[in-house]
Amino acid sequence: MKDPALRPPPPGFILEVEHLTMRFGGLVAVDDVSFAARDRAITAIIGPNGAGKTTVFNCLTGFYKPTVGRLALHKDGRTWLLERMEGFRIAQQAGVARTFQNIRLFPKMSVLENLMVAQHNRLMRASGWTIKGLLGLPQYRAAEREAIDFARFWLDRIGLIDKADWDAGSLAYGDQRRLEIARAMCTRPVLLCLDEPAAGLNPRESAELNELLCYIRDEMNTAVLLIEHDMSVVMEISDHIVVLDYGRKIAEGSPVQVRNDPAVIRAYLGEEEREELPPEIVADLTAPGPAAIGPGAVAPVRDEGERQ
Amino acid sequence: MATTVIPAARPTFLAAAIREAALAGAVAFLLAFPLLGFALVDIPGGITVAPRFDWVVIATVAVFVGRFLLVLWRHLRPESFGQVFRVPKITAIGPFAVNDVIGWLLAAFAMVLPFLPIADRYIIDIAISVLIYVMLGWGLNIVVGLAGLLDLGYVAFYAVGAYSFALLAIHFDFSFWQALPLAGVFAAAFGVLLGFPVLRLRGDYLAIVTLGFGEIIRLVLLNWNSFTGGPNGISQIPRPSFFGFPFTRTPPEGVTAFHQLFGVDFNFMHRTYFLYYVILGLALITNLFSMRVRRLPLGRAWEALREDEIACRALGINPTNTKLSAFAIGAMFGGFAGSFFATRQGFISPESFTFIESAIILAIVVLGGMGSQLGIVVAAAFLILVPEFGRDFAQFRMLVFGAAMVLVMIWRPQGLVAHREPSIRLKPVDRRAA
Repeated sequence: MKDPALRPPPPGFILEVEHLTMRFGGLVAVDDVSFAARDRAITAIIGPNGAGKTTVFNCLTGFYKPTVGRLALHKDGRTWLLERMEGFRIAQQAGVARTFQNIRLFPKMSVLENLMVAQHNRLMRASGWTIKGLLGLPQYRAAEREAIDFARFWLDRIGLIDKADWDAGSLAYGDQRRLEIARAMCTRPVLLCLDEPAAGLNPRESAELNELLCYIRDEMNTAVLLIEHDMSVVMEISDHIVVLDYGRKIAEGSPVQVRNDPAVIRAYLGEEEREELPPEIVADLTAPGPAAIGPGAVAPVRDEGERQ
Repeated sequence: MATTVIPAARPTFLAAAIREAALAGAVAFLLAFPLLGFALVDIPGGITVAPRFDWVVIATVAVFVGRFLLVLWRHLRPESFGQVFRVPKITAIGPFAVNDVIGWLLAAFAMVLPFLPIADRYIIDIAISVLIYVMLGWGLNIVVGLAGLLDLGYVAFYAVGAYSFALLAIHFDFSFWQALPLAGVFAAAFGVLLGFPVLRLRGDYLAIVTLGFGEIIRLVLLNWNSFTGGPNGISQIPRPSFFGFPFTRTPPEGVTAFHQLFGVDFNFMHRTYFLYYVILGLALITNLFSMRVRRLPLGRAWEALREDEIACRALGINPTNTKLSAFAIGAMFGGFAGSFFATRQGFISPESFTFIESAIILAIVVLGGMGSQLGIVVAAAFLILVPEFGRDFAQFRMLVFGAAMVLVMIWRPQGLVAHREPSIRLKPVDRRAA
């Protein structure tokens, strides 16, 4: 009997999130959220601190088991139900890679080693689960060379080729952010989930990040799901934006639609405070164009769930 | 006011140093009073307790002065402590890194040791002991140094290996070389057995469970009289033969002895030399395996797991398999070493596998600098040779041992060899530039 959850995907979409709910005891962190992410597109999830964005990510990448919901990922004509999969298999088989709000590199391993670890499954197969590798068979050597070349390609792309043999922990903050993205890309994902990649970056680094994310979308054919507070990133590169507040989806649409949505403005600023804002900010908020809709680049106040 | 503050600056530091030294002295006094302050003295018709307070005074003063000097040194030369201590990144002799050169020299020395004029029975026996601990250190290093799983019960696998060989040899007439792979397999199976329940544990919790596991194995060996011989252990374990040719002066009918095979005179040292080369070979295999596997995806996954398990899962690495493989492979080498121990001693009992053995092996790994192959050799030599050569100090032997460990940890808190060489480099290092 065919599983009804495995119904055929709507064309052009890579990820469907339906009725996702996550409860921690009495706290409802995510409440009946549904959205879909298009293939080869950047979908952003925004919302004030504590809105449940990272919880959505943790459900998608297997760090939490959702209380309710269907998370369907469509890859090569197959549908993977992420809510039923064990954590590491989501990256291994469904091809969902992620980065973390607080960077999680392997700090005492070199930059290149970080990218080699990301290609673990491919290399593990080639090394015949270590046996062929121990014997030094040519098949493994070829696979290793290929993996190094792929790592070299990404190091070149993120400008860290000269620091390939440094300890990852000794890199500058912005370099570490980019390396984490490159490491996620080295798993050859179909969907890349980025948790606040622009946090702590200066404007120039943010601009580089925008370019990198567009490159991933356009050239690597990888869909990007993005949590971000920095509106200069979100508004400029997103194809689609989902707005969460108190665990609920309050708006969804293109950047222009979302920016002018009264519910979004209310969520970010609160109704009463709006009159007290300086007039130029109010003007910014309502004007079209890439302006901030809220307190842009806010440092994350609450880490809602890297832990499990 | 100011005139009183400025000259007071230096005495304030001295006062703090004296206060810290006094505190250490007070602790030393509290410990020394019951431990050193009384001695048992023979008197006609029995023994009595005699006070020995001069020893207490000596110990207290020694600790006070030592602590004071340490604080003073730390104040005057802060750069020689902690992470600031100069750890050469890459030091080079010609095209080779210094660590490689030392490693090859040590290996060469180990190869020729039995032929050196200093090599008498005593030296070779100690060298065998050192090599056993080097091998155990390299085996445990896979679990602790690479995979970052703190294991306080490693001696359990050593015991499993030893008893596997002993029982197989006694009951089924297995020779050492036949039993060796089986002992490794059994030990690895026990490694997996330990690994399963502790998959979710890390750090302190893992240490406690592994400690308990080590004790469980020992207690089972101690109490399962019908199978393991209980506290009496197993004796009459066959001594190793040279691949079927025994080291005996007068072999039984139809068997060729080693000296007859090679047409040399019988020498009781032949067996010792042979044991020495067997353990050297086993240890080198352990080393080669570790160094090789570090450059393979499995080894990198171990190290990545040590660094960040959550990131590993996000990259699609199966943490269960990775951890279990580390436990199993580490245990396997422990089992090999155990088999060797059994055939060398000819007698084993649960007393050889107490917690202190686990602690010493772990100390070797930590002291050597987590993950460093060379550091483990140095640390094993240090930890085995210091108590050995410290026999001149008679009852203060363990005191010297403890003091030496404290000094090493003050001097090099990161371990003796703390530098980690990446498992793969994009560009070969220009060592002359370093």
